[in-house]
Amino acid sequence: MSVKVMIPTPLRVYAGKRDSAEFSAATVGEALGGLTSQFADLKKHLYTEDGKLRAFVNVYLNDEDIRYLKQENTPTKDGDTISIIPSIAGGSF
Amino acid sequence: MATTIQPQTGAKPATSLTNEEILRYSRHLIMPEVGMEGQLKLKNAKVLLIGTGGLGAPLGLYLAAAGVGRLGLVDFDVVDFTNLQRQVTFGTSDVGKFKSEAARERLSNLNPNIQIEAFETKLTSENALELFKDFDVIVDGTDNFPTRYLVNDACILLGKPNVYGSIFRFEGQATVFGMPDGPCYRCLYPEPPPPGLVPSCAEGGVLGVLPGIVGSIQAMETIKLILRAGDSLIGRLLLFDALGMKFRELKLRKNPNCPMCGEHRTINKLIDYYEFCGVRGEEAPAPDVQVPEITPRELKARLDRGDDLYILDVREPHEFKICNLNGHLIPLGELPRRVHELDSSREIVAHCRSGKRSAEAVDFLRKAGFRKILNLKGGILAWSDEVDPSVPKY
Repeated sequence: MSVKVMIPTPLRVYAGKRDSAEFSAATVGEALGGLTSQFADLKKHLYTEDGKLRAFVNVYLNDEDIRYLKQENTPTKDGDTISIIPSIAGGSF
Repeated sequence: MATTIQPQTGAKPATSLTNEEILRYSRHLIMPEVGMEGQLKLKNAKVLLIGTGGLGAPLGLYLAAAGVGRLGLVDFDVVDFTNLQRQVTFGTSDVGKFKSEAARERLSNLNPNIQIEAFETKLTSENALELFKDFDVIVDGTDNFPTRYLVNDACILLGKPNVYGSIFRFEGQATVFGMPDGPCYRCLYPEPPPPGLVPSCAEGGVLGVLPGIVGSIQAMETIKLILRAGDSLIGRLLLFDALGMKFRELKLRKNPNCPMCGEHRTINKLIDYYEFCGVRGEEAPAPDVQVPEITPRELKARLDRGDDLYILDVREPHEFKICNLNGHLIPLGELPRRVHELDSSREIVAHCRSGKRSAEAVDFLRKAGFRKILNLKGGILAWSDEVDPSVPKY
């Protein structure tokens, strides 16, 4: 099962400048695990030292926040898109 | 739509338009979705713009042109040359003026029928509630996390809609927070990122057109709230990718346990948002990166004396192409794995654009055992100011 993970602009610098990557994964957690093992620098930006997703990083499966699904255990199906939505604050500089 | 924008008490609402206004707004008036009724709603509406910069430019221009009767402009900043690439309210002759006042002049010229107030002040926990209370809609066009949380919390405490927009490089976000049935900023982002993890526009750059697009979306949502028309972005986060030219939307849910807008509110007043976001000032370096420094003039004197100094430039390659001090380029992010390129027996002076990234580099190298390393205070900007004005500032 192939799942696409969208990498947002602020994190692309840690992901070889890629805007997305595809992984074979049965859950959201597996796909993110695939992402952070391919791009090790991403890990500290997504996870705390004790392995929890950081509170300012939102992860969506298609258009739904995984906090309202089964978090990282949310099952994925072929063709799903996972989006990482970090906080951005720019506007008026 | 469940939205209701209550007209403020006090001044009597306008019930008619002048002939000049009818002519000016004729393209609105001939649309049944706006019409005379909608145009009067706009005339009686009071909108406060937080920030008159990149997002504030299209916001101010379109809301003034549309005939929003009272516009408040909050900004403490002054127009500089680097703003003109995207802050289209301002002209070259405005450089050096207060942004809120320069914007007020421009918007008054665009539409003399509306009331525009410039607030030359920084939005703070002390003044936010007082500033917001007279306005119907608050529009967040700020550039930093502390102010975003402050705008959110003040809107929730006062029950006012918060039209949100945010940009970074080629990406934008927009939504409407603060409606009784919708989520707030804290439902989406319960905690801010630690300082330094997400670069600001000044560090990360932004394509000039992007705030124009995202600010225009905020202006549209503001007008829809006032007209009570269409489907608002309440509960939907609109994502815009300018490079891919794609719009996507995500569902935003109201978090029942949200400390601000949830069923059991635990935040009942405005707090210290700089402390909450872990920063004491937007540009102040973290206190742990106090490192030995050299001023541009000292460096120049030592180079002129022929001292053996190794110049380490920790900026990005595209910045190096703008201007450089003939240094050895190792971007800050690559330093850990390229540290072997440096000779710790030589005296090293690290620099970047402003001195912030190079302070981190010096801190890192000191921890790695380098002893003879200094940070160029103020970076290339200070070098240009104090030593060599032929080096361009960016």
